[in-house]
Amino acid sequence: MHEKSLADLSKALHSKAISSVELTELYLQRIQQLDGVTNSFITVTPELALEQAHAADQRLANGSAGPLTGIPLAHKDLFCTKGVRTSCGSKMLDNFIAPYESTVTQRFLDAGAVSLGKTNMDEFAMGSSSESSFYGPVRNPWNPQRIPGGSSGGSAAAVAARLCVAATGTDTGGSIRQPAGFTGLTGIKPTYGRVSRWGMIAYASSLDQAGPMAHSAEDCALLLQAMAGFDDKDSTSVDQPVPDYSAELNQPLSGLRVGLPKEYFGAGLDSSIADTISAAVKQLQSLGAEIREISLPNAELAIPAYYVIASAEASSNLSRFDGVRFGYRCENPADLTDLYLRSRAEGFGDEVKRRIMVGTYALSAGYYDAYYLQAQKIRRLIKNDFMAAYEQVDVILSPTSPTPAFPIGEKIDDPVSLYLTDIYTITANLAGVPGIALPAGFADGLPVGMQLLGPYFSEPRLLNIAHQYQQATDWHTRAPAGY
Amino acid sequence: MQWEIVIGLEIHAQLTTASKIFSGSDTTFGAEPNTQASLIDLAMPGTLPVLNAQAVKNAVKFGLAIDAEIGMTNVFARKNYFYPDLPKGYQISQMELPIVGKGFVDITLDDGTVKRVGVTRAHLEEDAGKSLHEDFQGMSGIDLNRAGTPLLEIVSEPDMRSAKEAVAYAKTIHSLVRYLGICDGNMAEGSLRCDCNVSVRPKGQVEFGTRCEIKNVNSFRFIEKAINTEVQRQIELIEDGGRVIQETRLYDPNKDETRSMRSKEEANDYRYFPDPDLLPVIIEPSFIEQVRTELPELPQQKRERFQSEFGLSAYDATVLAASRELADYFEQVQQVCGDAKLAANWVMGDLSSLLNKSDIDIDQSPVSAAQLGGMILRIKDNTISGKIAKMVFEAMAAGEGDADQIIEAKGLKQVTDSGAIEAMLDEVLAANAEQVEQYRASDEAKRGKMFGFFVGQAMKASRGKANPQQVNQLLKQKLDG
Repeated sequence: MHEKSLADLSKALHSKAISSVELTELYLQRIQQLDGVTNSFITVTPELALEQAHAADQRLANGSAGPLTGIPLAHKDLFCTKGVRTSCGSKMLDNFIAPYESTVTQRFLDAGAVSLGKTNMDEFAMGSSSESSFYGPVRNPWNPQRIPGGSSGGSAAAVAARLCVAATGTDTGGSIRQPAGFTGLTGIKPTYGRVSRWGMIAYASSLDQAGPMAHSAEDCALLLQAMAGFDDKDSTSVDQPVPDYSAELNQPLSGLRVGLPKEYFGAGLDSSIADTISAAVKQLQSLGAEIREISLPNAELAIPAYYVIASAEASSNLSRFDGVRFGYRCENPADLTDLYLRSRAEGFGDEVKRRIMVGTYALSAGYYDAYYLQAQKIRRLIKNDFMAAYEQVDVILSPTSPTPAFPIGEKIDDPVSLYLTDIYTITANLAGVPGIALPAGFADGLPVGMQLLGPYFSEPRLLNIAHQYQQATDWHTRAPAGY
Repeated sequence: MQWEIVIGLEIHAQLTTASKIFSGSDTTFGAEPNTQASLIDLAMPGTLPVLNAQAVKNAVKFGLAIDAEIGMTNVFARKNYFYPDLPKGYQISQMELPIVGKGFVDITLDDGTVKRVGVTRAHLEEDAGKSLHEDFQGMSGIDLNRAGTPLLEIVSEPDMRSAKEAVAYAKTIHSLVRYLGICDGNMAEGSLRCDCNVSVRPKGQVEFGTRCEIKNVNSFRFIEKAINTEVQRQIELIEDGGRVIQETRLYDPNKDETRSMRSKEEANDYRYFPDPDLLPVIIEPSFIEQVRTELPELPQQKRERFQSEFGLSAYDATVLAASRELADYFEQVQQVCGDAKLAANWVMGDLSSLLNKSDIDIDQSPVSAAQLGGMILRIKDNTISGKIAKMVFEAMAAGEGDADQIIEAKGLKQVTDSGAIEAMLDEVLAANAEQVEQYRASDEAKRGKMFGFFVGQAMKASRGKANPQQVNQLLKQKLDG
């Protein structure tokens, strides 16, 4: 059963070929047996999962079930889940039991989906390798010596290892797409504002966006359907009707204009990735797509701009973790300053501290104009680049990352080279446009991801292209050995 | 050396909205600690702010009332600093693009002169919680009920030149926000708080001296005392060869002194930046026009109307229009009795001293406007004299009923029957035959002085109820014969 897609399992549940309780037990058992290697879960909630599975079976029996009813999922551990620890991969929140439910997880509860638990991640979603978690690094099921990508690496590893049917992730600079690429999954970062951020612990508020990670575009369409929609609790949520994401999956691709940004196919791109992507491009051509070279002239400024903006917002967003009301508090504080200093020094890991310091610096009197304002200008230029590009093409195609998944420990002490792994994904967050990552082949036995970026609210089109590609290829159906 | 005092005020007015500026929590004062603190007010991870539309409307009302330009594009910014009663580690405020731009108010000084004071800007922000340092054995308690209460910070130009002007300005703003119904103005509960920026310079010097900011002064009396104390300190310091250091100071009313809180060097770098959780708020001209139609009559307009419509003096109009409640009371009294002058005299006289004596507000007055108006009617139709009216008023204040009931019950009705008055006067004159002899033997000048004695005796004999005009007239006839 565990090799089936979400769409197939949904059919099996509806046809009573299997019950949600049976399916949930199967996945709980797999987690118990296999997650020792991948370390993809921080918290598993078997009792809650089985309780939800029972309720789902009742809905399936009485005809009030939807496509997600009874499907065992996992949630990145930055979505607040009422009564369940929500750690953000940090010692700071190791003791934090969320007192409320995030909009995203509530929507899945309403749809009758089952939650198996909370997945591992880079601390506070800051990272590209899922090595910075307080709960230890996540390992890639395709090769346990390799990282699974990050920050949604636990979700990626769990889905790739078939420890859950699909999972939620969040994407601030590529944190859904990059790990999806490294683990052979399909993952979509929706348009900024499409999915509510209520209850999602913020890293960089103007960039964070939640999305699904699954085995196929078809599955992502079903998941995004449940996640998307206006939420009056999030002022940045967009009040626009949600289309039927499955409706256009089967549209043919004839006449589709695909742009290849020349800036994304130059130096730094691993040749094995370049070859794999070329083959995927040919495949799309054979499906009717028309390929054009385009330019995103300011793309090279994206990484510095991103690390200024994201760090600036993070430095402020993470001020609430002060040891006063919730989370980690140091032992025997001597006074208020000591309480602040030690709670934060002991509660946060190195990468989080690094970004808080970078962000604090960028916002400081005398530096604000040179860093924060300058970065905002670059952000506008990058957005303009995309708007200009979408006048010529429908979507922009690139690899998700310049290399396949790298070895654990290789870049953890070299932040700049780690930051550069997000070079193709970060621009979409700065511009707010949606992007999808999907498997396009293998290099050295490791999955290679392809990324498609579209204009605002073009999720149906992105899902359609990915689905058509997946109808013609079988990369997305491959499973790592032993899973 | 002649010194000139320069003062600017920052007034924080809590806006009266049912819920907080970025959360749905109640804003009622005085609830049990932390019972009005929601997930958002506690800054729980993952929570987000949503702007309260009423707070925006209240701010726009204020802007229109001071003739200010309204910020069409409003950006909320984060002011970052750590403090236990600031749950998010930043305060959501406005920095570059405030909702209210440059405006002004006219203040009336004690001598009746009017002075214009500029308002630099007014912006929306959230209040912090409270740290409670007592009763926790060396620890501090945090009450977040107030965290997130909407504030309008009103920043004046450094236009005031004395503590009295500063108080007049603060009173004008206080009156204005209460008129607009956007702030209850309760200074004891902290609904209106004032920071005073004070500096001195030699008279004639153009540049400002170095200023000190006195934080959180919470009564008009303390504003005056704190400023005067601080001015004295600065002048003495300079005259002794010292230099004023830019700093934040606190006023201690018990010792009547200000003391240093933190210097400019110790001040936080607040690292303001636009709050990415809130989109810019765009205010449409149609919204502004809508709000304009909802504006009540403002103090200045009311003052002018009281003078033109009722013929009141500028002083009376200013006193009566000082608060919306007092003005409304006066107008009701006027409406019932139809005599603005009498109404004004009674409201500003006996009623005000009654309220002052028992330290209560006009809306808790034991004598209603209808009762006072009713009593004045009885003065006008000669049922009672002004003197008797004072007795009736006291009885009304004591809760003995309306004027008519009291007049009836106490038999205070004025005697106007000439026959009865004549009979009474005859008795008085008979009882004072000696004085009558003297009177008749005196010249005109002396007679005038003695006449008062007979009036007094007559009023005494009638226990004040005889109509004074009739007594005068009949007495004169009888004596002068």
